[in-house]
Amino acid sequence: MSTQKPRHTEDGALYRTSDPIIEVRDAEVVFGMDRGVSRVLDGVDLDVQRNEILGIVGESGSGKSMLASAMLDAVVDPGRLSGRITYHPADRDPVDVLGLSKAELKRLRWEDISMVFQGAMSSFNPTMEVRGNFVETLEAHDYDVEAGLERTREILRDLYLEPERVLDSYPHELSGGMQQRALIALSLVLEPDVLVMDEPTAALDLLMQRSILQLLEKLKQKYDLTLVFITHDLPLVAELADRLAVMYAFELVEIGPTEEILRDAAHPYTRSLLNATPNIDSGLEEMRPIEGSAPDPVDVPTGCSYHPRCPMADETCVEDDPEFLRADDGHNVACFHWQDAEEAVPFVLDGQEADR
Amino acid sequence: MSGDPLVSLTDVEVHFEESQGLLDFGEPELVRAVDGVSLDIEERDVVALVGESGCGKTTLGKTAIGLQRPTGGSVEFQGQDVWDAKDGKGDVEVPYGEVRRSLQIIHQDPGSALNPNRRVMKTLEAPLKKWQSGMSAGDRRGEILSMLEEVGMSPASDYAGRYPHQLSGGEKQRVALVRSLLMDPDLILADEAISALDVSLRVEMMDLMLDLQDRYDTSFVFVSHDLSNARYLASHGGGRIGVMYLGELVEVGPAEQVIENPRHPYTKVLKWATPDLRVDEGAGEPPVRKIDIPDPKDPPSGCRFHTRCPEAREACVRDAPATEEVGDGHEVACFRTVDDHEYWSSPELVDDPSGGDRDTTSTAD
Ligand SMILES: Nc1ncnc2c1ncn2[C@@H]1O[C@H](COP(=O)(O)OP(=O)(O)OP(=O)(O)O)[C@@H](O)[C@H]1O
Ligand code: SF4
Ligand code: SF4
Ligand SMILES: [Mg+2]
Repeated sequence: MSTQKPRHTEDGALYRTSDPIIEVRDAEVVFGMDRGVSRVLDGVDLDVQRNEILGIVGESGSGKSMLASAMLDAVVDPGRLSGRITYHPADRDPVDVLGLSKAELKRLRWEDISMVFQGAMSSFNPTMEVRGNFVETLEAHDYDVEAGLERTREILRDLYLEPERVLDSYPHELSGGMQQRALIALSLVLEPDVLVMDEPTAALDLLMQRSILQLLEKLKQKYDLTLVFITHDLPLVAELADRLAVMYAFELVEIGPTEEILRDAAHPYTRSLLNATPNIDSGLEEMRPIEGSAPDPVDVPTGCSYHPRCPMADETCVEDDPEFLRADDGHNVACFHWQDAEEAVPFVLDGQEADR
Repeated sequence: MSGDPLVSLTDVEVHFEESQGLLDFGEPELVRAVDGVSLDIEERDVVALVGESGCGKTTLGKTAIGLQRPTGGSVEFQGQDVWDAKDGKGDVEVPYGEVRRSLQIIHQDPGSALNPNRRVMKTLEAPLKKWQSGMSAGDRRGEILSMLEEVGMSPASDYAGRYPHQLSGGEKQRVALVRSLLMDPDLILADEAISALDVSLRVEMMDLMLDLQDRYDTSFVFVSHDLSNARYLASHGGGRIGVMYLGELVEVGPAEQVIENPRHPYTKVLKWATPDLRVDEGAGEPPVRKIDIPDPKDPPSGCRFHTRCPEAREACVRDAPATEEVGDGHEVACFRTVDDHEYWSSPELVDDPSGGDRDTTSTAD
């Protein structure tokens, strides 16, 4: 592994959680392109805590989907993933995900860590009734089909769907919201521990998105799941997540308990992102767009990659890449000057809303 | 100018016939995309239409700008019936071409609206060539460059030379906006025009629209599934929010009133569905009895919302509520706004006790 720039915090304990189910260490994804090397995931360190709901947010193109794929060693060709991904099952030895054989990986992906990916509407085989899709998955993993279908019916009911009607339909006969819920059911049918969802609701309208989120919370309790929910929609996931991780330019720039991030975001980017988000309870406040545009992965700015857009940037920021610093317990931020962020990037919501 | 509204919709109805599968010899099914909608849009007005997917927002928007012919009711532009103008019926005071130029649209997907093989300049020259054929090539370019600067695409000459794939989503959307602005329109339909943009770019785009409203008196019909964006634009633009459900306008009124004091149960549901950044209160169960929208081909009897409405009573199954004025320019179609309606003495609707969509009696069809 050729690490060009050591960016590891001496104190690895900073990103370690007490009972991780997935550990991501120095995960990097590169694509060789005509224009040069495109590093679309850049040295990410992250623990997913057992039984938590982790929200990963960031602008389009910030590398969220890359991080999701990395967790399952599912980065598309010709992308190259390096680093270390460790899965910690409750009752077995830790699994080195990047060292698995093809067959082992296939098992891991459905039976341990399952996923619902962006644009998943097309994940069903359209020529087959929904039932056939479930049967196929069960058979491919040598599961008892009858028992599996029984579990399917239960999960479908949990998702407010009529099991038989859904199973007897072709995918296109279902509305987008129903398809998406059926897909969530499919991803849970082999009883995984972790469900990774990449923009699972982005194509749906808000009411359906919100409803699905509520249902996910219930599913999580009932089936003892760990959820990783990836989205560009911060307010949506804030409702659901225990912790939020914020990505900017292919790196993690801040992570912490949801409340802390909403109330005391320490990274200037996170603070600007919150300010740019229209809020139903403050529709008349001035929302502030974030000046400038997201960087090109082939040509990421030197030092702190946010420096061209950051109102607090100084020479240090142009030269050096900030490591994670501890802002509070379990709240880390990659910014040299995070202590000044509150003053430099004040929240536009004032006074009475300060406790949001 | 006359006292006519810029655009006036009266009892508009748009029904689509949807033919069924090959082997089906039955009647074609009717999708009631828009039903009985009346709405006036003034100069320098903002109307934000919200509702779930498939509720008819886009169809209503397109009908308002004369792109969709209604199957019932009328659409007038400055007092001129738009479709009479198109058909050359009666005394046409405003020719159809003029209507088309005045009422513009920007689409949801900024990418697909631009020709990928044309540079920005070329794309933007087309409308000017068509509508201002007398303009010299030099003036045309000058106008385009100044417009690009105006929407924040600077240096304009650099952007003018780019192809769409060399623009970000937000930039493409601004090019689409410039293209419609070059027609000097009176009304622009922005159909989910910011939904595909990143959060930070959405505000920027809405601010730009407000700026144009301010400077050129342009009116906007803003279609969105997001109530907080609708509120941002409509409140700042001094406009209204219109809430649609299964083809009907169930509540319309000044933005702040609709948000602060929603009167229709469905508006309250949409408000619930709109995330805010509060940490303390969990959202709780969806405040609807079912989370799926009924099939628009077969809308429920009576009040169309009765199958999901948390307040529904038996009266709602039988009769459809009329639109009532509940405040200045604030109209609602729900029995609950009428104090002495028989609704109040009618028994509550009871669902299958298992709740939600979990009814097991789906053998009827
Ligand atoms: N097949 C590929 N080849 C080269 N670069 C790619 C490829 N797929 C994605 N990228 C680049 O990787 C970067 C990160 O992409 P990623 O899909 O992870 O973003 P994202 O945060 O999920 O964005 P979105 O919110 O739009 O889904 C982007 O710059 C993207 O252009
Ligand atoms: S390190 Fe510097 S440039 Fe980066 S976010 Fe912090 S202050 Fe801004
Ligand atoms: S009329 Fe009845 S069903 Fe319709 S919105 Fe009002 S209370 Fe609900
Ligand atoms: Mg993505």
